[in-house]
Amino acid sequence: MGFENFGQISFAAQTKVSDFVDFLKNGELRGTKCQECGRIFFPPRADCSWCPESSMEWVKIEGAGNLVSFTRVHYGPTGFENDTPYTLALADFNGVKVFGRITKELSEEQTKIGMALKAAAVTLPGGQLTYELIPA
Amino acid sequence: MPKDVAVIGVGQSSFVRNYEGSIRELAFEAFREAIKDAGITPADINASIICSAPEYDKQRSPSGLIAEYLGLNPQPTFAIETVCSSSTTGIRVGYSLIKAGLHDIVLVLGFQKMSEISSADSQERMGRGADIMWESPFGTMMPAYYAMHARAHFNKYGSTEHDLALIRIKAAKYGQLNDKAVYRKGLELDQVLNAEPVASPLKRFDCCANADGSSCVILASAAKAKEISKKPVWVMGLGAATASLTMTGRDALDGLDSARLAAKEAYAMAGVGPADIDVAEVHDCFTIAELMAYENLGFAEPGKGVELIRAGETYLEGKIPVNVDGGLLSKGHPIGATGGSQVRTVVLQLRGEAGSMQVADPEIGLVHNIGGVGIYGNVIIFGR
Repeated sequence: MGFENFGQISFAAQTKVSDFVDFLKNGELRGTKCQECGRIFFPPRADCSWCPESSMEWVKIEGAGNLVSFTRVHYGPTGFENDTPYTLALADFNGVKVFGRITKELSEEQTKIGMALKAAAVTLPGGQLTYELIPA
Repeated sequence: MPKDVAVIGVGQSSFVRNYEGSIRELAFEAFREAIKDAGITPADINASIICSAPEYDKQRSPSGLIAEYLGLNPQPTFAIETVCSSSTTGIRVGYSLIKAGLHDIVLVLGFQKMSEISSADSQERMGRGADIMWESPFGTMMPAYYAMHARAHFNKYGSTEHDLALIRIKAAKYGQLNDKAVYRKGLELDQVLNAEPVASPLKRFDCCANADGSSCVILASAAKAKEISKKPVWVMGLGAATASLTMTGRDALDGLDSARLAAKEAYAMAGVGPADIDVAEVHDCFTIAELMAYENLGFAEPGKGVELIRAGETYLEGKIPVNVDGGLLSKGHPIGATGGSQVRTVVLQLRGEAGSMQVADPEIGLVHNIGGVGIYGNVIIFGR
């Protein structure tokens, strides 16, 4: 699938890591791993700037991460106005960080920095694919 | 202390909600003031650097147009952009041109007519200020990113929404004294704390106002400055750094690494430390940004920034006066013009020309200007 299928609104259609969307469709969140130095990247990159080389393999982002920080958004940009409020968050999966939304089922009061979260693939109404963070 | 490049003229337009003129006319307002302040003519300017965030401009390549309108042909002109820190990046480039010996006098003009595009277009562009592949698809906005920094700071250090409100109250106090500020009303603690949420824990008054505005800073070589200026203010130290635009590339969210690194570099070049700073302008696009700046600039230890605002030490009569012109919070934040406006305030302070906002006899001043959510960090130290 093309990268234009990622996210509620897609701003970029072409990337060398568009397989990310196919993995999402299969229920998997994947990043890339540099075959030279072993560094893992999320969001996935086609190129490792450390080596610098472009030989990557896909790896699953699995298990539980810890919530680094979050915010409840009450004013959304164009295209997201009717979606508010929603919660944006950053979570740390053993050193690999994931940015995304926390499930709307978790209230702001229930959301605590440090809590364990896992990533789940989501198909949005209309068929776009994304992921969200849910309690682990 | 280096005395190679001086500021010989500063100017600023009023920062307003909807400027009733074109971008060339807006630019002219700051230019006219700076040229008169420096006591020179446009023909004395050897090169101009034009700074704006281009996503707000309808005019393609505005540098050429503005140089023409300001009477700066046939001298070279070009654009410099690092979003909200564009005009201090322009000063960094201008400094380099003079230090390299290419030019004697360089003009740095920052402007933004944020009302040039519709509110809906503006909201659309705001959403694209993040990584458009990996973050914008979730519905991100600038307040949300700073809000995540605020929550991380609260959690690590015990700072509170009340502390942030104290910073807003200070900005509102000084905004009332600044006749070029867009927001000139005072604010009470209750109003700030009870305002509607924007991105928790940030509320309406924790966020700066968008504005249209321009700023102009004229730089000169030491020889020229001594020849033509009665009141040169010297660029003593410059620091600039960057950090990952994408939040997943950040180690922590309780401060801005680009600001820490830029400050370290600027202090080292100037041969001074945080305790030597007599007056500072910091990039308070949100209240939490000012709190983090206290710590990232070394005015307070990490986590101790709240003590400065709780004790009133960043007020005009305090230990380290910060944003006593109202800051971005009250003055307004016309992206490309903001850094030059901060520089103007510090220059006026060091000359003793800041009027009712004047700090008692400052010798060394600091400007902290941030692009995006700490993507770009610029710190400049000035001395008499």
